[in-house]
Amino acid sequence: MPTIFIDGQELQVNDGENILEACLNAGLDLPYFCWHPAMGSIGSCRQCALVQYQNEDDTRGRIIMGCMTPVTEGARFSLKAENATEFREAVVESLMLNHPHDCPVCAEGGECHLQDMTVMVGHRDRRYSGKKNTHRNQYLGPLIHHEMNRCITCYRCERYYKDYAGGTDLGAQASHDHLYFGRHEEGVLESEFSGNLVEVCPTGVFTDKPFLKQYSRKWDLQSAPSICNGCAVGCNIAPGERYGKLKRVHNRYNHEVNGYFLCDRGRFGSGYVNSDARLDYAGIKQADGSYMAVHQQQALETAASWMQGKKVAGIGSPRASVEANYLLRELVGAEHFAAGFSEAEAPLMASVRRILQTTQAMIPSIKQIEAADAVLVLGEDITHTAPRVALALRQSVRNKSFELAEQMGLPQWQDAAVRNLAQDQRSPLIIVSAMETRLDDIASQCISLAPDQIAEFAVSIVEALAGEPSSNKQANQIAEILQSAKNPLIISGTSMVHWGIVNAAVAIAESLCTEPSGCMLSLCIPEANSLGVALLADKSSPSLPDLVNSPPEVLLVVENDLQRRLNPQQMEQLMSAGTLVISMDMLENATLGASDMVLPAASYAESQGSLVNMEGRAQRYFPVFEPAAERLPSWQWLLKLAALTNHKSLSKIEHFDQVVAACAKSQAEFTNLVDAAPDQSFRDRGLKIPRQTHRYSGRTAMNAGVNVHEPQQPHDHESPLAFSMEGLNRDQPAALTPYVWSPGWNSNQSLQKFQAEVDGPLKGGTAGVKLLQSSASGATQKASCEAVEMQAHHWQLVPVHQVHGSDELSVNTDEIAEMAGMGFVSLGAAVAHKLGVSEGDGVVLASGGTEVSLEVRILQRVAKNCIGFGLGYAETLYLRAGSLATLAVDAQWQRPQPQLIASDKATPDPIVAEGGSAHV
Amino acid sequence: MLSELRTMWEIFKHSFTKADTVQYPEEMPYLAPRYRGRIVLTRDPDGEERCVACNLCAAVCPVDCIALQKDTREDGTWYPEFFRINFSRCIMCGMCEEACPTYAIQLTPDFEMCEYDRQNMVYEKENLLINGVGKYPDYNFYRVSGMQTAFKDKGEGRNEARPIDTKSLLP
Repeated sequence: MPTIFIDGQELQVNDGENILEACLNAGLDLPYFCWHPAMGSIGSCRQCALVQYQNEDDTRGRIIMGCMTPVTEGARFSLKAENATEFREAVVESLMLNHPHDCPVCAEGGECHLQDMTVMVGHRDRRYSGKKNTHRNQYLGPLIHHEMNRCITCYRCERYYKDYAGGTDLGAQASHDHLYFGRHEEGVLESEFSGNLVEVCPTGVFTDKPFLKQYSRKWDLQSAPSICNGCAVGCNIAPGERYGKLKRVHNRYNHEVNGYFLCDRGRFGSGYVNSDARLDYAGIKQADGSYMAVHQQQALETAASWMQGKKVAGIGSPRASVEANYLLRELVGAEHFAAGFSEAEAPLMASVRRILQTTQAMIPSIKQIEAADAVLVLGEDITHTAPRVALALRQSVRNKSFELAEQMGLPQWQDAAVRNLAQDQRSPLIIVSAMETRLDDIASQCISLAPDQIAEFAVSIVEALAGEPSSNKQANQIAEILQSAKNPLIISGTSMVHWGIVNAAVAIAESLCTEPSGCMLSLCIPEANSLGVALLADKSSPSLPDLVNSPPEVLLVVENDLQRRLNPQQMEQLMSAGTLVISMDMLENATLGASDMVLPAASYAESQGSLVNMEGRAQRYFPVFEPAAERLPSWQWLLKLAALTNHKSLSKIEHFDQVVAACAKSQAEFTNLVDAAPDQSFRDRGLKIPRQTHRYSGRTAMNAGVNVHEPQQPHDHESPLAFSMEGLNRDQPAALTPYVWSPGWNSNQSLQKFQAEVDGPLKGGTAGVKLLQSSASGATQKASCEAVEMQAHHWQLVPVHQVHGSDELSVNTDEIAEMAGMGFVSLGAAVAHKLGVSEGDGVVLASGGTEVSLEVRILQRVAKNCIGFGLGYAETLYLRAGSLATLAVDAQWQRPQPQLIASDKATPDPIVAEGGSAHV
Repeated sequence: MLSELRTMWEIFKHSFTKADTVQYPEEMPYLAPRYRGRIVLTRDPDGEERCVACNLCAAVCPVDCIALQKDTREDGTWYPEFFRINFSRCIMCGMCEEACPTYAIQLTPDFEMCEYDRQNMVYEKENLLINGVGKYPDYNFYRVSGMQTAFKDKGEGRNEARPIDTKSLLP
């Protein structure tokens, strides 16, 4: 560890880091703009200037850029030297020449890195009297608002969007002080990770559009540590609430999981929490089919009386917490508890569970995925099934360039130099899939095969790895690449609903484990808590079809829309008059509509629980605000129900921590669950962790419209967080970090004050705990997979996952619904040509007795005999993966008109300047 | 001894000075225009609400008696959907006025706010808004800000150049 001197202070710094990082690690405030811990340095903003001295006698020194200067033994710097401070102030002054007078009407105000840095360097008065440059804004879709005047040309957006996230439709245009960051023409940003621009931009050029509609300042948001329930990656998020509405979702740093970035589903997909379709009151179905609203207690008593002495079964949910599912299992008994998977999904999840518990391969975190130097993806379009993993894969292919840089003695953070050095050289990423994927652009090899053939192909790779070169040359070649890699990674998952693919992927990983390099294996699973509920289900648990065939007298459904898991006949049979169905859920859906009693459940933002992500990591989410009306978290409904039915073990339980403890005790897999986050007795310096900032405003006025007598702040008896501004948000365990803020650092850049070191874990460790320990006994199972037999003029249906559209909950958010569009069918160009349809036309797809009209999307790369269907859309609800389908042109099809939502009209039609952007 | 006598003399002298106390309410005292009393929301010279719902008044308020919610008008400008001051909490410190970047919130010399019912001390936007510019006759925030609105295109604000044509190669 080299020793450097900053203003005479001796510092031990890490080898290979730059002075900016060293300063931040030492807790010194050195302003910066363009540097980002995940994206390295390019030295473009000239803000992190210091003075470097030759030796002890040098008194003049020279100005250097902190982010571009590596630390060297004995180097001497000054942060406080007059020429350095003057230089930094001059840089901000020049940035301010064109910065508009917008702060009061800017959504970045109050959490703006530019505001912070301006105050930090001490710039105050404008000396320049010339005119300010202005720019036209662009419409960038329903998620991102563009206000180009505010740009300080730090290039962070372009470096994030293009270099880091692999987007192609946003970049720098023009030159000198005409520099412009935007698309070549107005339009929706294509990247699934565009939302991170909001956090990456140090000023207000890119802001959160849905948040802007119901805007509140950062200091006014009540936040709690939470976990995204959009997919099984389990990204850590920090949702913010004000006036009882969930306003926005920000990234919450987790060193091992999501780091600094979220996908757009996670960031923008929580609007359903404020939806009008949310249930407020419990209801009991009347003879005429309508519901009568009843009070909580009345509903519970009725439910208890229904359940008394009857045969009760329960259906859990892969999107409900471990605790809610556990309570349901205990309440109805394991032999009556269905995990709530569909018929096809259930055996897949059971085998994923078994694989994770027995494989010799390492189950990697996202941080570890970024370190892979050869990746094989089998059957998944990761960008749509586990988006954050795809972003990590985009980093993993850069390991080749880091390797080259190391040979040249270049540090990794020299971003521009490292990219220049590597040019197009990337670590191998091989994608074997039925259709083109969003990662094709960085893949070294893309192979299009039907699902059955993917499994077959993977088996020939296994054979090649075992030393028996198969007749398939590509497979031999891939085996060679994987064998020569230092840190190979195999990615597969359940998205094709194909057992053979998963099993073959595991077999590849297992055989690579015999090599000294070992192997990483990552399996994508469908929903936020799929693994958690799979762990709760055991062999005696019935499947959904079992329940359909022998319906119970009373059925309890927890947060599960069975319409998505059963076909219409099964659904009708299950919900038939003979069974009393009690459902709890958030949003109106078909299951609630067919139930005899509905109970309003709290959303993730109003309740507490644990989710188990795809790597077996249990993470806790906490309520951001109190549930409105008579909503209750599912675990509380179930506990109250248990108490009323005098359940022998559950009726003694009152609190959340007791549920967690009981769950941990019930099953070896859940032993660590108690460590996912501190229990409610945790206190920091005698106080709970505050959900509100120290500058939370309006406390004596926000309720005064209703009653001037101020209510007491609600008490949270279940968690170590308080609905209050009292307490310290500092140095607490990472699982309890509701927001980041530090004196002088109002923006999200204050995160560095919470990290133990730059880009390292938080000072309070890493949130969450791994539940599963693999026995490493080997996981491969010989299995026979029945190949789909093709028929003439038939195509095999392949599910196409969409980051916007396939998820059950997020699509109830207006902006996400707009992004999702309508149900579609994906065709190869040849098939489309044969049918005589083009992009946007309609076709009638017939499969298994259902006939639907779908929009055509044309893909470049599609496996032979395969067509894809957009998964999760209302139109495609009853299409099943792997079944055969026929296509015909839809004569009645009308192309949907592009719709403008109200927010787009807020800014008036752009008046085009002379020769302006309309000429594109 | 001398000091004590002097003190007594000084106090005695005060018996002959004019009293500052007046017989309020029969006799109204003079209040300077900058006296800090009841808070109002003013309008810009064009007659539009000045408040842009930036939340700075609420943030700076030491008793947290201001609450508001931002919304956007059809023309692209920001305004408060509701704006509430709980005068039963207000201490008339004037920090909201100092923080206001648009001169919207201003304190007036009216201090006579007596109510039998405390609930009546809660003022909503319609109670706060006046039909005038208050102390600052000619300030319109949107003329200065860089934001495009229905009535002001990019580059038409004060001290702004015409929008840049990114396709041009000219310097």
